[in-house]
Amino acid sequence: MASGVSRVVEVLKKYEKELLTDWLAELKAGGTGNDGRVSETELHTQAKEFLGTLGEASRSAGVGDIERPEWSPVRDFLDGVSRARVTQGYSSDQTATFIFSLKRPLFKRLSKEIGSDAKVLAEETWTASELIDKLGLHTIKSFQKTREDVINRQQEEMLELSTPVVKLWDGVLALPMIGTLDSARTQIVMESLLQRIVDTGSEIAIIDITGVPTVDTLVAQHLLKTVTAIRLMGADCIISGVRPQIAQTIVHLGVDLQGVITKANLADALALALKRSGYTVTRNKA
Amino acid sequence: MAVTKSEVIPIRTEHDIVVARQAVRRLSVEAAFGLVDQTKMVTAASELARNTFIYGGGGTLQCESLLEGARRGLRLTFTDQGPGIADLSLAMKDGWTSGSGMGLGLSGAKRLVNEFEIESVHGQGTRVTITRWK
Amino acid sequence: MDRIPILRMGDFLLVTIQVDMHDQLAMTLQDDLTSQIEKTGAKGVLIDISALEMVDSFIGRMIANISGMSRILDASTVVVGMQPAVAITLVELGLSLAGVQTALNVDRGMQRLRADVAGKEADDGRHQE
Repeated sequence: MASGVSRVVEVLKKYEKELLTDWLAELKAGGTGNDGRVSETELHTQAKEFLGTLGEASRSAGVGDIERPEWSPVRDFLDGVSRARVTQGYSSDQTATFIFSLKRPLFKRLSKEIGSDAKVLAEETWTASELIDKLGLHTIKSFQKTREDVINRQQEEMLELSTPVVKLWDGVLALPMIGTLDSARTQIVMESLLQRIVDTGSEIAIIDITGVPTVDTLVAQHLLKTVTAIRLMGADCIISGVRPQIAQTIVHLGVDLQGVITKANLADALALALKRSGYTVTRNKA
Repeated sequence: MAVTKSEVIPIRTEHDIVVARQAVRRLSVEAAFGLVDQTKMVTAASELARNTFIYGGGGTLQCESLLEGARRGLRLTFTDQGPGIADLSLAMKDGWTSGSGMGLGLSGAKRLVNEFEIESVHGQGTRVTITRWK
Repeated sequence: MDRIPILRMGDFLLVTIQVDMHDQLAMTLQDDLTSQIEKTGAKGVLIDISALEMVDSFIGRMIANISGMSRILDASTVVVGMQPAVAITLVELGLSLAGVQTALNVDRGMQRLRADVAGKEADDGRHQE
């Protein structure tokens, strides 16, 4: 762009209406707007608004660098479109097509405008192509970021959901563990159990692993660490729901669970906890 | 990976170990670490600062706040010009100590962080770098 | 020189650690406590660490030492109020403080000490018969 303002800027301004019509036709041909997820009017509004902000940004800051502050309305607009496409369930290539399908209409207008000067046409086509590519990449980037945010949020929610610490009795807490344990989850489980022990002043915590399918060395070590941490805080821990296969694995793995109280099921663990707290359970004869 | 903030703390006296702990706590809070991660980082810093002071004869702690994508982290570098460590693999073992400690300084600190690097030249000094990500 | 105050309550000594201790302060506390046990004939020591935001291997060793030394001096030790984050970190560090008695809070710790003393007196009585 040594010759000052790119012709692309001029074309964007002069043919805004025609570009819109051509672009919408492209989009429709490409499949966007046909499946009812985005209505035709919505697509029309989006395309029109985009061409408007694009024209404005290009006039005030040129088309060389879309990271400039003048381009922020365009970037924000694309972020918004990407976010909406994520929730509507579009794939990343479908989302990027929104921008890339502007290429053909823009090139067509450029060639009409510039005419037979091949050198200028090649230069300007290159400029336009670069611009569209940058905008497309930005769209994909923000599409991915939105997706990652969704995944991260869901992961956190799942972690919280999967760690319910329940109060079984005054001074007795239970943590029923379900599913496969990995270190991230175990750490969160551990933290929430320990915090609840402090908050409630409970002296006995029962970790029930009935719902844990397998125990490997790492999980066994995590359990052991949790038990040790609970003891350091001044409470006791019982592990219940140890199935025969898990008992076998633990011994085979050579994990030393000495000093850890284990019970076959939650009922036995509760009975022990009550006994330790000084309660006796008796049945009223009918 | 970008370094968003960097500061250097001298470790010359025993009291500097406490100063180092407090600085690491402050930076861990700034990096939005959870309470457990903060505590792990502060504890690792305390172990290594003590090593720098006792075995390295004093040195420096460089704290760097990191940003990689959306991920925030904290990198601590302990440097001394002390006698160095003759046998690194032995020094990394649990329970081994050349002084009067419990022998958990290096190996323990390693377990508390995500990345751990140690360089030591006999007679020239030791540099330990630890990093923890949120 | 600063010191951590040691309170006497009947047969027991009470210590609340509220500051980020430098190593010398921890060593002084260890010396002070053992000499106080000897001087007062205390039967138990309660160390409240609920305000401590960090326990590294040095402080951990001091706690283990106090517990071991007081046992030889015929006094029980209970460490109370360790924060969850501190406990998790200590375990990861490789310190389990085996042999050190713990309790959730000062109340439970005192109960524990009283039970220890009562148990010891009963034992001593049996041996004399």
